Amino acid sequence: MPTNTLNDRTFQVNDEGFFTDRDEWSEELATDLAQLIGIEMDEEHWAPIRFMREDSAKNGPTPTLRRMQTVGGFDIKELYRLYPGKPAKKMAWIAGLPKPVGCV
Amino acid sequence: MRRLLILGAGTAGTMLANILRRELPDDWSITVVDKDNDHPYQPGYLFIPFGTSTPERVVKPRTQFLPKGVDFVQTGIRKVRAADNEVDLEDGRTLPYDWLLIATGAVPRPDLTPGMADGKLWYKKVFDFYTLEGSTRLHDALETFQGGKLLVQLTDMPIKCPVAPLEFVLLVEDYFRTRRIRHKVDITYVTPLDGAFTKPIASRELGHLLTDRSIRQVTDFALERIDNDRQVLVSYDGREQPFDLLVTIPLHTGQQYVFDSGLGDDAGFIPVDKKTLRSTAYDNIFVLGDASNIPTSKAGAVAHFAVETFVPNFLALIDGRPMPNSFDGHANCFVESGRGQALLLDFNYDTQPLTGTFPLAGVGPMKLLGRSRLNHLGKLAFEQIYWKVLLPGHKLPVPTLMSMAGKHEED
Repeated sequence: MPTNTLNDRTFQVNDEGFFTDRDEWSEELATDLAQLIGIEMDEEHWAPIRFMREDSAKNGPTPTLRRMQTVGGFDIKELYRLYPGKPAKKMAWIAGLPKPVGCV
Repeated sequence: MRRLLILGAGTAGTMLANILRRELPDDWSITVVDKDNDHPYQPGYLFIPFGTSTPERVVKPRTQFLPKGVDFVQTGIRKVRAADNEVDLEDGRTLPYDWLLIATGAVPRPDLTPGMADGKLWYKKVFDFYTLEGSTRLHDALETFQGGKLLVQLTDMPIKCPVAPLEFVLLVEDYFRTRRIRHKVDITYVTPLDGAFTKPIASRELGHLLTDRSIRQVTDFALERIDNDRQVLVSYDGREQPFDLLVTIPLHTGQQYVFDSGLGDDAGFIPVDKKTLRSTAYDNIFVLGDASNIPTSKAGAVAHFAVETFVPNFLALIDGRPMPNSFDGHANCFVESGRGQALLLDFNYDTQPLTGTFPLAGVGPMKLLGRSRLNHLGKLAFEQIYWKVLLPGHKLPVPTLMSMAGKHEED
C-alpha cells in the first residue's frame, strides 16, 4: 500500500489514492485534499462530507449519490454544483472513504 | 413444537428449507411462504434476449424443490410484526414463529425513475432484462433491431448480480456480430460508477474488453429521468444520451412488506451483522440472500455460501452454544464475455477479484479473471447444478470461505 504525505501528515492510500484507514483522516487533511482539486471547503461543502462519514461508520459502504438524496436529504444537482463532474468520487476521496463501487 | 418460518422460496429460502429439514428434529415445524409457485433460475434471464434460453426452461414450480415435511404457503406477505413474533399474510392469515429466516430477495423498481416504467417507450424501446417479462420482450425487440444507437445503462447500485450488465453488453455485441449488422449498431455502456469495472485489478485485466470490441463507455452518469419524447437519458448534471434502444438496469429495493414492517433501510434492505447475518434489531431473525444489507454481491453464489455458513451457526445457537462460523462475503461468478467464452471471479468483503486458478491452486481447472471456453461451459453447466445439487442443499466441491490458494496477490 502506498503512503501519501501532505503538509507533513502521512496516511495510507490505495492504488487510486483513496484512504485505506478512515481513522487517519482529519478535517484539516480534508481541507488540504480539497484544495488539490480546486475546492474551497465551506459549510455547504462540509455537510455532505460529514453525512458520508457518519453514514458509512454506521452502515459500512460509502453511500451512493441516491442514498445521499434519500437518507441525507441532499439534492443531487446541488452536489454536482458543489463537486463538479464526479461528486460521488470527489466527496468519498475528501471524506477519507473508499470509492463508491460495484462488486468488480 | 418449535416453529421455524422462512419467507421466500428462492435460492436461499429453498436451500434453507432442504438443509434445515434434514438437520432439525421432527418436533420442529418448518413453513415456507412465497407469493407464487414459480421458481426462476435468474441467471437464465441473461440468455433469453439472445434466444439461447427460454422462459419455459428458466422457471420451475417452487414446490418441486421443497422437501417433504415442510409446509408451503402460497400467498404474499403483508407485514412482519417482529415485536410479536408474527407475520401477517395477504390471504388474511397470521403465522406465528419462534425463528424467522427472511430470504425474499431484491426487486427491480423501474417505477422509481421518472420516464422509465411510466413512460410511453417502456417495453417498446426501453427494456430491462432482470425480470422474465422484460427479458422475453427484449428478445423480440433485439430480433427486429436493424441498427442505431443501443445503450446498456445501469441506474445505481446495489443491484442483483452486479456483473450481469457487463455480460449483457458483451453478449449483445457478439449477437449483432453474429447477425452481421454489428457495424450498424452503436453500443454504449452507461454507468454511474467511474468505470465499467471498478476494482483496480479487475479493471486492468478486463478493461480492454469493452475497448477492443468498440463498445463506448460513459461513466459517472447518474440518471435523473428518461425523456420519452426526445428518446434521451438525462443525468443529474444535465448530460444527455440519445438512444434508439435502451436496455436499462433499474434501481433495486427490498420487498414492499420490508418497508411496511419497518425492518429495512432506505432501500428496503434489512440491516444485519455481516458476519452472522443476524438482524441487528431482532435476535430471532436472520436474513439470507439478497434481502440483507451486507456489502457484497446480490447473487446466488453469495446466497449459497451464506447459507452454508449460517446453518451450523443456527444449529449451535438453538443448542445454546456460541455460533462457530463467520461469513466472509465470499462471492464467485462466471462472467460471460461473448465469443463462447467466460471469465471467473472469486472475491469477498476484504479481497478484490484476483488472477489465478480455481478451485485448486496452480491446477484450476478454472482460470480466474481470464477468458476461456471452459469457464463458459462451466456457466452453462451450472444451470443443472443449480436445480439438482444447489437447491436440494447438497454440498458443492467448492470452499465456502474464500481461499487465497492459487491466487496471485499483487506486489
